[in-house]
Amino acid sequence: MKVNGTTIFLGEQQSLFDFLETNQYNLQLIAVERNGDIVPKATYKDIMLNDEDTLEIVNFVGGG
Amino acid sequence: MNLVVNGQKREVACQTAFQIREQLGNQTDIVILNGFQLEEDCKVTEKDTVTIIRKGVMPKRDELESMMMARHTPSVHEKVKQGQVAIAGLGGLGSNIAIMLARIGVGQLLLVDFDIVEPSNLNRQSYYISHLGMPKTIALRKQIEEINPFIQVTTENTRVTAENVKELFSGYEIICEAFDKPEEKALLVNTVLEQLPDSKIVAASGMAGYDSSNLIRTVKPMKNLYICGDLTNEAIVGRGLMAPRVQLCASHQANMVLRILLGIEEV
Repeated sequence: MKVNGTTIFLGEQQSLFDFLETNQYNLQLIAVERNGDIVPKATYKDIMLNDEDTLEIVNFVGGG
Repeated sequence: MNLVVNGQKREVACQTAFQIREQLGNQTDIVILNGFQLEEDCKVTEKDTVTIIRKGVMPKRDELESMMMARHTPSVHEKVKQGQVAIAGLGGLGSNIAIMLARIGVGQLLLVDFDIVEPSNLNRQSYYISHLGMPKTIALRKQIEEINPFIQVTTENTRVTAENVKELFSGYEIICEAFDKPEEKALLVNTVLEQLPDSKIVAASGMAGYDSSNLIRTVKPMKNLYICGDLTNEAIVGRGLMAPRVQLCASHQANMVLRILLGIEEV
């Protein structure tokens, strides 16, 4: 699977939610695009990832 | 020959821009030829646009507009004037973005913020002591009226939530995310990308402190999402928000808005 341009080994089948938790993303601060489409927050648990997926994950930091 | 002088088609017998100034204005007037301010005289041809600006005098409304048009060239001015841009959050980023978009002549601006101007804002936000206590939407509208009175400014004195994003920003081609808190940034970006597929959002992340200016950049990680900033330097104790980098980031956002309005989608 590709995440932010880097190929990673996905291992066992998992949901997007599990992947983000395992990799310590703060779900309140991110937006995720999967294969060119924004993933609604409410569906993170329903999305099962596979090797063909391309994810873009952006993480916002404070200040403005 | 026929050319456009101060917004009006005219028949002139002159060969150069300074000859036109001699005939229609004063020697101290500024001459702009096709968007460029002349230091030396220059030949003019058919279809040129010449603008003669009297220094230090408030021109008539239509003259002012033609002068602004002259600075940006007519085709750019026309596209920018058609622009409808929303700015969510009127702090260090949003207030400065709004001023820049007003200066380039973006036709319609929506300004959204729930807060009032307070003393701690003065280190980086586009407000003055005379604005203290005033809603930011109103304080900014007053400044824009003084910069470019042709801009149609709409204000919403409200807090942006997941529930009101669609209602507030629907119909705006470009939305600037200019919040302070990262949770609010993410919420607006997610909601716009989910619910307003025809809008582009120009967001900001990472501009605190005084790290190198050159780390601030514009990226396009997703189809309708641009992010400006160094992407890492958050505001924390010991690394506060300071005018130079905040304005650099706001400038990146404003320039990306301009590029999108002109049909350029690359960063």
